[in-house]
Amino acid sequence: MIPARLDELLEDFSFISDRNERAAWLIDAADRFDEARVPPDVAAPPYDEAHRVPACESDAFVWALPTDGGVLDFRFDVLNPQGLSAMALAVILSDCCSGAPLQQVAAIPQDIVLKIFGREVSMGKGQGLMGLVTMVTHAAREELGSQSAGA
Amino acid sequence: MSQNIEDRGYVHPEKLVSTEWVAEHLDDPQVRIVESNEDPLLYPSSHLPGAVQIDWTVDLNDHLRRDYLDQSGFESLMSRNGIARDMTVVFYGDRSNWWACYALWVFQLFGHDNACVMDGGRKKWELEGRELVREVPVYPHTDYRAPARDDETERAFRDDVLAHVEAGRRMVDVRSPEEFSGELLHMPGSPQEGALRGGHIPGANSVPWSRATNPEDGTFLNAAGLRAIYEEEQGLSPDDDVITYCRIGERSSHTWFALKYLMGYDQVRNYDGSWTEWGNLVNVPIER
Repeated sequence: MIPARLDELLEDFSFISDRNERAAWLIDAADRFDEARVPPDVAAPPYDEAHRVPACESDAFVWALPTDGGVLDFRFDVLNPQGLSAMALAVILSDCCSGAPLQQVAAIPQDIVLKIFGREVSMGKGQGLMGLVTMVTHAAREELGSQSAGA
Repeated sequence: MSQNIEDRGYVHPEKLVSTEWVAEHLDDPQVRIVESNEDPLLYPSSHLPGAVQIDWTVDLNDHLRRDYLDQSGFESLMSRNGIARDMTVVFYGDRSNWWACYALWVFQLFGHDNACVMDGGRKKWELEGRELVREVPVYPHTDYRAPARDDETERAFRDDVLAHVEAGRRMVDVRSPEEFSGELLHMPGSPQEGALRGGHIPGANSVPWSRATNPEDGTFLNAAGLRAIYEEEQGLSPDDDVITYCRIGERSSHTWFALKYLMGYDQVRNYDGSWTEWGNLVNVPIER
């Protein structure tokens, strides 16, 4: 099971067959990137490379911030101002995964990238975006492991 | 501020045009401006007035085999974008024009020589505060006749590369140093470049593609700057037979462009199979 908000979003995307409609939705999401951006009191450039998304050509970074409820708040930065796809996915992941049960976040498959961006996304672009998903799911698994060890 | 293109010492300066030149030719009926990006959301978010988009995945790839579109597919692509055989096609895009160079390389497979790149690409245009629009232009279809695709002059296949390696000829790996070394960059479970093994093709020189550009505005280095990297540092010579490669052949198109047009190398081919093919091939050597 994946976070409910993400599940609903993927269902919405399954009805989009028009490439332009999909792009318009994602551009609107990218326009809201400031809502998902890492706060300056958490991190400021140059960032610790441990937060860098592997294979992402848009220089995306991810932070998973523990919150009081034992869940994570996901925040991002995308250094390439032309990295609209990375920004859009960051907004989606921040909206759908922050505060969600860790088991559900950890269960998100990489192929949500293809469901959101369409199968015409290029190999390299797809790998970068999947890297973003992997960073989020990996952080959820790490936090679950830490909580188990501390229990 | 970038040096004027004609003053940079390039062998084929006509293959680069400035943002100023493009701004002056936005309405030129003999010029078609083409945006080609790594990020598919950029063109629909905004683009140069009158520019059409050619997308590598959607427009240039064969969808049923790992290959490019064929002769009729290219003719159809040109026709629906209103491109005539005698038009000057100006490519630009994000990421310092790497996808623009890739698209131009594909155009070369079909002999559309009258093509160039806008130096600095989208980044420089934006930095200069020039106009961007969302309106997608529609042009009358053209009757474009292309020759059959030439897969020998500018393109290398795996067997060509193997023969090249065995002959000890020059190769340029334009990926990052970490990709070149085979160092694991990825977290467990994430894709490793779409290849089973990390490393590089034996004998290849490591020159990340972006070294050919000025990071502040994405423009190409002048000829002296390029020679300092590829010739003085890496030992290449204009007489060399060179193959460039990266992960899927897109970044290496950028280096192919620099070597062929800006530095005047006559024998330079791009291996579009690149590491995603070589790193998975059975019975070929790699180095780490």
